[in-house]
Amino acid sequence: MRPEELLHTTPQGLYSPAGDFFIDPVRAVPRALITHGHSDHARPGHGAVLATRETLDIMAIRYGEDFTGAAQEATYGERVKVNGVTVTFLPAGHILGSAQILVEHRGCRIVASGDYKPGADPTAPAFEPVACHVFISEATFGLPVFRHPDPAAETEKLTASLDLFPERAHLVGAYPLGKAQRLMALLRAAGHERPILIHGAMERLTAYYAARGIGLGEVRLAREVAPAELAGSVVICPPGALSDVWSRRFPDPVTAFASGWMRIRARARQNGVELPLIISDHADWDDLQATILATGCEELWVTHGQEDALVHWALLAGLRARPLHMVGYGEEESESAPDTPAPDTPAPADREDGAS
Amino acid sequence: MNRFAALLDRLAYEPRRNGKIRLIADYFRHTPDPERGHALAALTGALSFRNAKPGLIRQLIAERTDPVLFALSYDYVGDLSETVALMWPAPPPDTGDASDEGEAAEGDPTSRSGERDLPLSAIVDAFSTMGRSELPAVLAALLDRLDETGRWALLKLITGGLRIGVSARLAKTAVAALGEHAPDEIELVWPGLAPPYEELFAWAEGHGPRPETDDPAPFRPVMLSHPIENPDFAVLDPADFRAEWKWDGIRIQAVRAAGADGRPVTRLYSRTGEDISGAFPDLAGALAFDGAVDGELLILREGRVQSFNVLQQRLNRKVVSAKLIADYPAHIRAYDLLVEAGEDLRELPFDARRARLAALVAAHPEEGRLDLSPLVPFDSWEALAAARADPAAHGAGADAEAVEGVMLKHADSAYLPGRPKGPWWKWKRDPHSIDAVLMYAQRGHGKRSSYYSDYTFGVWTREGELVPVGKAYFGFTDAELIEIDRFVRRNTVNRFGPVREVVHTSTEGLVLEVAFEGLARSTRHRSGLAMRFPRISRLRWDKPPGEADRLETLEAMIGDEGRAPRRPSPVLGEDRSRAEGA
Repeated sequence: MRPEELLHTTPQGLYSPAGDFFIDPVRAVPRALITHGHSDHARPGHGAVLATRETLDIMAIRYGEDFTGAAQEATYGERVKVNGVTVTFLPAGHILGSAQILVEHRGCRIVASGDYKPGADPTAPAFEPVACHVFISEATFGLPVFRHPDPAAETEKLTASLDLFPERAHLVGAYPLGKAQRLMALLRAAGHERPILIHGAMERLTAYYAARGIGLGEVRLAREVAPAELAGSVVICPPGALSDVWSRRFPDPVTAFASGWMRIRARARQNGVELPLIISDHADWDDLQATILATGCEELWVTHGQEDALVHWALLAGLRARPLHMVGYGEEESESAPDTPAPDTPAPADREDGAS
Repeated sequence: MNRFAALLDRLAYEPRRNGKIRLIADYFRHTPDPERGHALAALTGALSFRNAKPGLIRQLIAERTDPVLFALSYDYVGDLSETVALMWPAPPPDTGDASDEGEAAEGDPTSRSGERDLPLSAIVDAFSTMGRSELPAVLAALLDRLDETGRWALLKLITGGLRIGVSARLAKTAVAALGEHAPDEIELVWPGLAPPYEELFAWAEGHGPRPETDDPAPFRPVMLSHPIENPDFAVLDPADFRAEWKWDGIRIQAVRAAGADGRPVTRLYSRTGEDISGAFPDLAGALAFDGAVDGELLILREGRVQSFNVLQQRLNRKVVSAKLIADYPAHIRAYDLLVEAGEDLRELPFDARRARLAALVAAHPEEGRLDLSPLVPFDSWEALAAARADPAAHGAGADAEAVEGVMLKHADSAYLPGRPKGPWWKWKRDPHSIDAVLMYAQRGHGKRSSYYSDYTFGVWTREGELVPVGKAYFGFTDAELIEIDRFVRRNTVNRFGPVREVVHTSTEGLVLEVAFEGLARSTRHRSGLAMRFPRISRLRWDKPPGEADRLETLEAMIGDEGRAPRRPSPVLGEDRSRAEGA
């Protein structure tokens, strides 16, 4: 069958007419397959959700236990029939629980990869390329200027700054789900042993990572720490909190930001960042090319990001390729820090992670 | 080079002066000779890289990348050097025949091998020994050996676009921070030194002797003054003090003495000891005295002192052309004499030095390039206040425009380095001020990163529109900063990245009293005006924005510089501490 008959775009997101399900729909739908827990991919209010255990748990933490009508757990590598279409969840290496979804029907194999990265990450199961006819890729960092450096070397910039400015707190903006916990793991791997302080918006998600057996060391809430202990501490907060009144409790902090966007000086400057850390949970330019070639796909569909450049490259490489022009994705690597950040203290409703 | 590039990268993001000093000192501490010396040379401007044109860089990248991908990338990044640094493809694997030295390449630190970094000296050598036609190949080979940050720094260095906010003085202060010496002491030994400064580092770190300076015309640390405050007058006796005009130019130290070969050496130093002779060859070449004169660098045309705005046209020019020299003739108005014919006069009382200075200037008219800054006669503080309020009528005549206040010097004062409190005072004229309306606010850096602390303000045009006339980011108290920040957050009407537009109609908005030192015409600003040294002097919560000043008022001030209405200045009147509180 033609790939478009198996999966095509709709205003709600990718839709499979054969299986009557959506992948990462941006609006509430009767049946959704969710690649990972970032709020631009995982929305509340669907009739039924099929996702990994971790993604279901993360959605419950963010949106409450009633985030969906029915929840079904997908195990990595297990083939599941959805209305006669076979789907398989496979590790995407993006964050804890993230998956690519292989959709198979009548000899046609399509991989919807969600967000992914091939590099090593102690907080997420490792990405593996999946053979397919059509590979659906994001292109958040789909320009040749994006070659992510070694994350350990970037972490070293932070620890070197802690050594040089031991009297100052180091405030690091990081997305509350995934990036924050990965940064903690990187710091521990770099030998940083002090308690890591966090903003309240990432408390429950961080506790969940720890509960899933990911070693993050001692993590404490920044608001519960005496001012004297703030000196020389790493404090991780949502990017928006860097410029919020919340940051005023830290006298003379070093302002850092962990994101792939920090590669571009103008971006870092615009956010008032003094210590840019180029740490990304997305594939960089080289990763995108290597991955696409490794899948052996004949055709590339690009969901969001710098689709023009990636499609141009794919055409030069002899593939069929086209952009899907999908809107609503790419939020967690958003262009600049949101101006109104999540509250530090738990809100009455249980949506205190503020990821929406 | 990669390590030095990493330092430059970090400095480019570091807003604090002390932060920069610590970063540079840390680099010096952990980088061996001679690499750190070359880095110091690069930071102090003593290292010159051959300039490359953007066209060459475009050509190199075009040979290596797909044009569509380059265009998309450049469009995205917005900066040529940065785009090229990031896109530069990894070189093809070394086939082993690339190096002229053959087997010797093993020990060559510039060869591409694992972790080994390309030393700065290799880059300096490469650029100094090659011919013009070799530039593309040499540059490409260097870029092949550097990482992203290294490529960025090299491209910025050779295109002259490196903006990291580090002056030579700051770099020398970082050297001082390696040990116990004061920055002025580094400045004193500096003129006799050359890269890679190994003896300087050894001395600064306390394991080497003070470098001998055999410079016949060294810099002597400058004596500075304190701003005088109202209570000070009550305890000072006018009879003990001499007054002179405080000229609005650049403080300069002109030193001339015979060198080892008997030929005279002339040097012009800035207040911080930077040798600026190269920028004023006309002046340096005209001097004929033997000694060290402290004075003000001014532009004189037909005997009249020009405003600071005119002087600024001559500053910071890369090329000092004959036309620039002819149009902006430089001149020294002498304040003091530190050395005469090898004799150090600094211990003498002011009056004695002044007499020697007067004689020296009289004996050396220097083609009209040197004159004596006149004393301002006064017998009471009230009389001096009157002179300060109206210099034109008290001896400054047509030059009154270039007077920014009066200096008070104790008749017995020795010439002391630094800013001793007591012997010298400055009493600046009151600044101009206008009422302007806050239009945009931007978050600050560092301590102020959560505050909207950079303000763009405007005045009304004839058409009833607000047009921006300047930006200010100091002058207010911490308490006022919190008030303005709250106002900005509550009255935002638009957001552009880190910038917020705040409400500014004739009835709603915040009026700021802005003090400034001068106005000049400018084609860079929509209002056609540029303000010198603007700062917020008061918040006018009481004033409706519609009653703020109009553009015509500012335009009239330009036409009438110097005689423009300044802030009310009762004799020894209001508290002026804020105006000085930069």
